[in-house]
Amino acid sequence: MAHDPSHEHHANVDHAAMGIEKEHPTWSTYWKVATILTLITVVEVWIYYIPSIVASRAFVPSLLIMSAVKFFTVVAFYMHLRYDHKLFRVLFTAPLIIAMTTIVALLFLFGKLSARTGALG
Amino acid sequence: MTHAAAAHSAHDDTHGHPPTSTGLDNKKIAIWAFIGSECMLFASLISTYLIYKGRSVVGPYPHEACLPPGCSTPLKAILNIPVTSASTFVLLMSSLAMVLALAAVETKDQPKTTTGEKILGSSKLWLWMTAILGTTFLGFQAFEFTSFVHEGLTIRTNLFGSSFFTLTGFHGAHVTAGVLWLLTLLAIDYRRGLGPKDAINVDLAALYWHFVDVVWIAIFTLVYLIK
Repeated sequence: MAHDPSHEHHANVDHAAMGIEKEHPTWSTYWKVATILTLITVVEVWIYYIPSIVASRAFVPSLLIMSAVKFFTVVAFYMHLRYDHKLFRVLFTAPLIIAMTTIVALLFLFGKLSARTGALG
Repeated sequence: MTHAAAAHSAHDDTHGHPPTSTGLDNKKIAIWAFIGSECMLFASLISTYLIYKGRSVVGPYPHEACLPPGCSTPLKAILNIPVTSASTFVLLMSSLAMVLALAAVETKDQPKTTTGEKILGSSKLWLWMTAILGTTFLGFQAFEFTSFVHEGLTIRTNLFGSSFFTLTGFHGAHVTAGVLWLLTLLAIDYRRGLGPKDAINVDLAALYWHFVDVVWIAIFTLVYLIK
């Protein structure tokens, strides 16, 4: 598509109130992000069915990394956290850090993680 | 009217809300704070699931077949990865539709000449698409829950059943709330049309919807794929 209206400044959108600091991505960027998310999901499911990968020590870390990439891609591009006011970043990342720390602490506490192996039990 | 009141009134006329001390719309700050609190809610549910994982005394189990004497009758691994992969794809695509709906609302007043621009600029189309994809995801979840019950797994069967149904049930309830929110936006769109001045309200729904999507990204990996 030669002309992409989403690339233009939206005069009637209240950028300040919405906390838009940088112009939001274009439609083509959204489609590319969707393609990347789909491809990562395909790889996740694909390695689930390969016994040699499932048996290897890299299986769980690779799934967690791919999941984290998908998570932060959606947050950055679809939720526009990369483009919006930093207060929104603080409001999201602070509880997220508390939440993830809580999960890890509880897994250690209940013996599902060990400092020696670092693997999910 | 005082000078300040006049200024406020003028600002109201321009953007439909009074100025705030941060300069940001309070509704958007509130939805981010709400999403932050939801992170902690789902963290507690996910950690409960992970702690109880592998500690069920009786089957069915998520990834392992259950044979006698653990189970009175042989049971296969209960999680259906192909079906859940399809529902994950559906939810990811619903996020794409949602962000396109927001972009369509933001650019509603810009001229669209080509068919492609008209399609991309139709907020009704993308809101419908998001709602339908969300409902499809709920259909997959209903199918999964029903098949689990038929295979002998209920919320009362074992620790896996209790933590699994609680976690995924809470997520499904959030998706249901999201679909209802989308339907209200659609009703407004049909009644008076959504335009750039409504972008903030569509943005709030979009943020909630994407959050529901990222929670599922975590659930899909932690519950379904990690054995």
